[in-house]
Amino acid sequence: MSQLSITLLRMGFLVLLWTLVLSAIAVLRADLYGTRVTARGRGRESRREHDARAEKTASPSRAATGIRTGSISTKDPSAGHIAVTGGPLKGTTIPLGAAPVLVGRASTCTLVIDDDYCSARHCRIYPEGDRWMVEDLGSTNGTYLGNQKVTDPVPFREGDVIRIGATALELRG
Amino acid sequence: MATVSDVMVRTGRRGELGLLGLAVAVAVLARGLVDYHADYLELDELAIYAAGWIVVAGVIHLAIRRWASYADPVLVPAVLALNGIGLAMIRRIDFAYASRGRDTDFGEVQIVWTLLGIGLALLVILLIRDYRLLRRFTYTAGLVGLIGLLLPLMPVIGTQINGARIWINVFGKSLQPGEFAKIAFVVFFAGYLVSNRDTLALAGPKILGMRFPRPRDMGPLALVWVAAMLVQIYERDLGTSLLLFGIFVAMLYVATERLSWVVLGLGMFAVGAVLAGTLFSHVGSRYTAWLHALDSSVYSSGASEQLVRGLFGMASGGLFGTGLGEGRPDLVPYAESDFIVASLGEELGLTGLMAILTLYVIIVQRAMRTAIGVRHGFGKLLAAGLGFAIALQVFIVVGGVTRVIPLTGLTTPFLAYGGSSMLANWIIVGLLLRISDQARRPEVVTP
Repeated sequence: MSQLSITLLRMGFLVLLWTLVLSAIAVLRADLYGTRVTARGRGRESRREHDARAEKTASPSRAATGIRTGSISTKDPSAGHIAVTGGPLKGTTIPLGAAPVLVGRASTCTLVIDDDYCSARHCRIYPEGDRWMVEDLGSTNGTYLGNQKVTDPVPFREGDVIRIGATALELRG
Repeated sequence: MATVSDVMVRTGRRGELGLLGLAVAVAVLARGLVDYHADYLELDELAIYAAGWIVVAGVIHLAIRRWASYADPVLVPAVLALNGIGLAMIRRIDFAYASRGRDTDFGEVQIVWTLLGIGLALLVILLIRDYRLLRRFTYTAGLVGLIGLLLPLMPVIGTQINGARIWINVFGKSLQPGEFAKIAFVVFFAGYLVSNRDTLALAGPKILGMRFPRPRDMGPLALVWVAAMLVQIYERDLGTSLLLFGIFVAMLYVATERLSWVVLGLGMFAVGAVLAGTLFSHVGSRYTAWLHALDSSVYSSGASEQLVRGLFGMASGGLFGTGLGEGRPDLVPYAESDFIVASLGEELGLTGLMAILTLYVIIVQRAMRTAIGVRHGFGKLLAAGLGFAIALQVFIVVGGVTRVIPLTGLTTPFLAYGGSSMLANWIIVGLLLRISDQARRPEVVTP
């Protein structure tokens, strides 16, 4: 073989090696699995904000609660977060700050659950002193803490599970 | 607000088949180039070699389709490509030794080890149908790992080679039980941490904005630290002790999300490293060889000769390398095992070495992705631990050869000559395939 063809083969090997690496990365790109987070449409988004202003509910702004999906905040370990462990929103976490969290089907809620068994404003999770409390807001189908139906505000401790329809919420530290 | 929806999983088996083809092409072309430059090229033999690779890749592919159909599609091609490059390089060093009158058959032996390793990985997939089974053997695995670490110290079977007492003799073959102990320890750490992570994560005082664990919860960390130090002292094996301790600290961090464990671990490691450097001469001389490698007194005393020759080799390779079979990697002692990275750097250049390191990155990334995707805490820790074992081992070896950290004797996974490392790393691949299969398999919804 001539020197030229040897040099070409030598470079060809490096090219082949990088082709393998880049095609592996291309396969990875096409290989997403798990859950996908889709931002809601613009129209609904603006309506939601409009509603919030009109009603002046106690529900905190989106910036204050900053719902995140699939990730767990590590910044302040004492604050903790609520993890959705069952139902259509499974995998979502909501970092807890000082603001109460409103759960329900209405788009003004902090956590919007699209479930027939969930009322428009279903329940509220709010801080009292150094603990969190759950309060049912007169929902049709009830809020369950463990196996107990929530009537009066009850403390929501770490590891407890709240059930709303098919959705399960867990408080984590 | 945003909505979260499940994404349909593709098995990725077709992508895997295409990548396997590329991996086989890499392995065969590498061998062809090596044979050509050794004036040994016979196309018949190369065709048989290529056919062998196609059969092996086909068997793995069909086995995965049959028994782990949702397994990660990139893992096996990346590993096979590394393995093929390693086989060609070891064969090339055989030729170089032969031209200087030293007869070695590392290349042929390594092919046997590779086949055995692939067999073991398939056996793992076949036997362990659910990785959660391994959780039952948490403490058994810990014990097995400990025994594996201590075996080389036993009087009859333990052997000391090149100053390190990490081999045992079984049926005339020397094996490094430390490589297998690594896997046993990852299983043990995963099982232990998944049950105890809450106490390790939540309780304890807060100092400098970090939550530190209570002293009584520090027991396991201290125990592993002591074990790693003992291995270092009695077996003179810096690499394995660094690897074990690193895996444990990484898994603690994954389990608890507490940065304080990493700080504590690094602190304890620094104390241990300084102590060992001042107390033991074999560690101290490694530090000298690392920091003053190019001093003529250190070089001529032989302490840094291997390291510096490796550096010169890589320097002569430059950006694109001398070409497979055209350099002189045999000038470095242990060019086929500890210094295979330097050999590859010389003949494939920076471009080739970067491709190889990227393949490792892909393997480790797949392990971490599996850890994120799997639904079970034990599986998360297991996959992350196994991925970190490969990552840390590559870092320790490549870092040592390129003079980023002091040189320690560990093998480069899948590339370097060595049976134990080949078998152990293929077992890791088998486990990762099994976990990723379960991570990606859609949940069966029972109404």
